[in-house]
Formats: sequence, structure tokens, C-alpha cells
Amino acid sequence: MKTLETIKKELKEYDGKNIRIMEVCGTHTSSIFKNGIRSLISPRIKLISGPGCPVCVTASSYIDRLVEYSLKDNHCVLTFGDMMKVKGSELTLTESKAMGGNVKILYSPLGAVKVSMKNPDTQFVFAAVGFETTIPIYALLIEEIIKNNIKNLRIMTSLKTIIPAISYICTNEKNIDAFLCPGHVSVIIGSSVYSEMALKYRKPFVIGGFEGGHIIAAIYEIVRQISNNECNMKNMYQSAVTAEGNEKAKALIDKYFEAADDYWRGIGIIEGSGLKLRTEYKDFDAGSTSSEDVDVTPAGCKCADVILGRITPQECPLFGKACSPLNAVGACMVSSEGACGIWYRNCEV
Amino acid sequence: MKINMSHGSGGKQTEDLINRIFLKHFDNNILNRLEDAAVLDIKGKIAYTTDSFVVTPLFFSGGDIGKLAVCGTVNDICMMGAIPKYLTAGFIIEEGAEIETIDKIAFSMKLSAEEAGIKIVAGDTKVIEGQGGIYINTSGIGEIVKSGVSISNCQKGDAIILSGNLGDHHAAIMSERMEIENNIKSDCAPLVSIVKNLFDSNIEVHCMRDVTRGGLATVLNEISSASNCGVEIYEAVLPISNEVRGLCNILGLDPLYMANEGKMIAVVPGKQAKTALEVVRKSRYGENAQIIGHIVDGSGVTMITTLQGSRILDVLYGEGLPRIC
Repeated sequence: MKTLETIKKELKEYDGKNIRIMEVCGTHTSSIFKNGIRSLISPRIKLISGPGCPVCVTASSYIDRLVEYSLKDNHCVLTFGDMMKVKGSELTLTESKAMGGNVKILYSPLGAVKVSMKNPDTQFVFAAVGFETTIPIYALLIEEIIKNNIKNLRIMTSLKTIIPAISYICTNEKNIDAFLCPGHVSVIIGSSVYSEMALKYRKPFVIGGFEGGHIIAAIYEIVRQISNNECNMKNMYQSAVTAEGNEKAKALIDKYFEAADDYWRGIGIIEGSGLKLRTEYKDFDAGSTSSEDVDVTPAGCKCADVILGRITPQECPLFGKACSPLNAVGACMVSSEGACGIWYRNCEV
Repeated sequence: MKINMSHGSGGKQTEDLINRIFLKHFDNNILNRLEDAAVLDIKGKIAYTTDSFVVTPLFFSGGDIGKLAVCGTVNDICMMGAIPKYLTAGFIIEEGAEIETIDKIAFSMKLSAEEAGIKIVAGDTKVIEGQGGIYINTSGIGEIVKSGVSISNCQKGDAIILSGNLGDHHAAIMSERMEIENNIKSDCAPLVSIVKNLFDSNIEVHCMRDVTRGGLATVLNEISSASNCGVEIYEAVLPISNEVRGLCNILGLDPLYMANEGKMIAVVPGKQAKTALEVVRKSRYGENAQIIGHIVDGSGVTMITTLQGSRILDVLYGEGLPRIC
């Protein structure tokens, strides 16, 4: 078995053909910067950020609906912090709050149950945004709403599934050689789905954890496979990811949600890439995303090209000029998991 | 009993409030005279600063707004090479605030002021409409005992000592606001002991800065820019408690950008680094101190990561909001 030092040395000295690896998850992107991974590998190995930040792919019309609720009498929008700064077609939730809108930041969806029971005269709308990692918790939230017979809390979903997005990239973008698959999402969906992808698209799919050492090991495995003309799924996060994933969580998702076409900010509709509340739970829906959603892309914004791996954040003409974390034009600059924001904060200007 | 507008009228109720709470707790021969202004005896150069405190909740694990209001100003004075002497306190109180709450806050200020060796010599109270909020402004004066301590005074080869764990205050406040149960306590504390001991041990301190809003990364950038130098720090030696690290992982926060209220950095000549570290570690609130990096050529702040990669640290942008996943 090779030591971390040997692996680091080999990656630094790699002089084979150029390899472009897409890390799908924003937490990976963040960890790559925090650990200085780029400084540890050969410039021939490019790390490209993918579409795995839920905030970055939410349509602007969805934000508009949240803003509208926040400004309505007796209404309150409950949200995670990241959504506060994402622009709708005109306003962010931060701006609507400054105008007197009622917005409260939560850290857990189940906190919504508590706050709505405490304030029975206020109508609450929970902004349920996320990938497979957070969706089971939204399912639990619906269960709690039903169990406690809560009448003043509904959810507005913008829920995406990662596999259709990766398939979309494999079909439409020819410049990605391999995928560093998301650790958290894979805990839920399992590793076997990537085996099919590896076979179908003839690329390595490697699941990695989030520590610096995990990421280095996953990159090394990808480089090894490409150097040997292999294209396999490899689960390098076995402590958390099983072949079939978390069956209980998957059953919970399936109970309340069903697949639907969904709109991805900057990209458009990806078939079967969203989850919506099943018809029998429609009463809990405050206006979730669908293929009907629309998006206002600000002039010059290249967020879509960034999350599809066509360009790096630095290659967007607005990056670091018109668009910065203090004055974000595109959603990717807003979130702590958004590629542009991560690149900017880490001085890749 | 609750505060109402008459407590701010300047009449009988105002006098009662002052006598029953502020004079009782802050009791000293300068304040007790109740003159229009405090008359102070001070020699030589002074450091003079002010700060306002608007924290919610008013009471949190490890502290409260009163302790914060004293320690915040005390620490700013200390960072200029001064020993804190006198403090003023202005209270803006919204009607509806409980008098008992104000009493608790004033008592907490008394304890912190005693520990820091500072006298609260003047004050003011205003009552405004509202919902029971309490805001405090303090200003303070200290006697300079070591001149030339400045963020523009760092020199190549200097060592950077951090006095203790990062992120505790920020994590404690976030936990309170989000009703997350844990054992994290705010680090809110006066840093007088560390600063006095450094000077008493003849450490040639070039720069001191308390690591408050914006966190360590922001402070180091301020130093880099003011002293026209580069700063290099080492991730592996950064003191961060496991609980704060865990909370940061859950909420997507970075301890390098989180606020502290009882932590400082001292930049000292490289050859005195070890001695200075021992001095800080033996001082109150300095037991977890570490030499976290050095002043180097160039510009900006670079962190050598645990994996030996390099990461550039910029200032904090916007507000550190909990992330979505």
C-alpha cells in the first residue's frame, strides 16, 4: 500500500495526458481549496466544479415566489442561510427582509415545526431546497406536519436529483474525463448507480470523502484508471457509502415525492431531474418548482457554463469585476458551496 | 418590573434607576460624585477607544452583553500597549426591558471591570420605544506602557502567537440563536493579564490585535496590508476545539472567519517567540496559545494546510451564514 506522501509525490510529478476531473459536490470544491489540493497536484490534472450546489441551480422564479410570501401580511418564509443572498428576478430574500419582509433563518427543517406551532397565527412557508442528502429530512418534516396536525406550515420545494444532471453532462459535454462523485449524496443513493454510469459513459466514477486525504486518494485513483485505460466505479468512501445506499431514506423520499422534470438555473429543463410532492400531499405544497419555472439570467452571467464545466469561474468576464460575493450577479457567487464564490474567496482572481 | 418611558425622563424614576442599579454596582469615588463629567488623573500618553454592543440574545453561554461591553473596550485598549484605567457606559434601553435584566447586566459589568482593573466613571441612560431591547456603548481610556505597538509595525521573521482556541464566541452565539444544544461557551474575557505579562517579561511586542469580527483571517490580512508584508500560518497548529470544529462542519462555517471576544494575536521577534509563548500560556486565558505562523516577504496571507498544500486566505466577505447542505 502506498503512503500519502508517495501518492502526493506521484500526483505532483504526473506528466501524462491532461485529465479533467469534475467534482460534482460543492463541499468537495470547498474542501479542495481549504486543503490547497491544487497546489499539491500536477497542472495537467484539472479539477472542474460541477452542478452540485442546490442554491446555484434554483430558478429565479422560485426566489420570486419566496420574496412574495415574505412580504405578504401574516406570512413568514423559513430558509437556510445560503438562500438569503440569491437574486430572484428583482430581489433577494435579504433585500425583502430589509423592506419589512418576514424571513427567518433555520439550520434544521424540523425547526420549522417548532416555530410554526409557537406562532399559530402566522402562515409559514419553508424553502425546501436540496439534493438527495437533504430530501429525506423534508420527508420527515411532512411527517411531522401531519402528525402534529399543523395547518400553518407548508413547504415550497426545489428538489433535484444528481444522477440525471451527471447524465446530462456526460451526454452534452465532451470535455470531462472523470467524476469525483459526491460523498453525502452517495450515502443516500448508494454506489451501484455509478457502476452503470461508468459502463455507459466509459469514464471513471470515483466516490470520495471530504477530508483532504480522501480527495487526494480519489484523484489518485482516477489518474491511475485513466493511465491504465480503465473506466470503473470505485467507492473510496466505504465507511459511509454502501452499494445500495440508505434504503430507509430512499423509501422515505419515495413515500412523499415523485420524479418530475425540473428547471435548472442557467441550463433549462432536465428530464426527470426533480422531485415533487406526490398528489396526495399537495395540500402541503406552497408553490414548488416545476418545468414551468423560468429564469432570468443576468446579462453576461456565465454560471451555466461554470456548472457544466465549460469554463472555470475565472474565465467568466464578470468574475471579480461586476460579480463578487458582496455584489453577486450569478447564484454561483452567492452560496458557500457555489463554485464562483469558493474560487473568489480563495483568491483565484 | 419593566422599564417605561418615565425611566428616561431625567426625573425621579431615572434617579432611582441610577441609584438602585448603576451606582450600586459600579460604585467608585469618581462616579459617586455624580458630576457632569468624570475628572481623571492620568499621566503620559493615553489610548482611547469606543465600541457599541447590540448582541442578541442578551445572555448566552459564557457571557452576556454587559461582560462583552466591558471586555470589548478593555481589549481594544490593551492591544495598543496600554493598561485600561477608566470606562464610560451609555445604555439605550427599549421600554419593556425588565429592570432585573438591567441589574444582572450591570452586575456582570462590575465583575468584568474589577477583573480588568478598570473603573466605570461615567454613564448615561436613554429609554426609547421598542420591545425590551438593550444596547450598550462603552468608551475607555488606558495608559500607554509600551509605545509603538501597531499593526504597521510587523517585521519579517516575527512570530505570530495566537492566545487560544478560535471561534468559541461565534459558535456559542450561533448555537443560542439556533437553539442547538452543546457545551460551547463564549470566550468573552479581558486580556489584560496576557498583555501585562508580555510587557513585564520584556517581550519586544511589535503588534497586538484582538481577533474579533471577521476572525483570524481578516485580522491577518489587516496586518499584511498595514505592515506591507506577507503572513504565513500553519493549519496543523491552529487551536480549535473539537466541538467548535464539529459545529462548523454542520453549519458550513470556517473557524478562520469566526468572531472571538477573548482572543488576541501578538507579533513578536522570532528570537523571543518561545519565551513569549510560555508567558502567554502562563497567563489567564492564554493556556491554549500557539505560535501559528510568521511574518514573511511578499504580500497577503497564506496558510500551509495540514496536507502541506497552500491556501490563500482573504478577508471575510459579507456575513457568515449557515449553509444549506
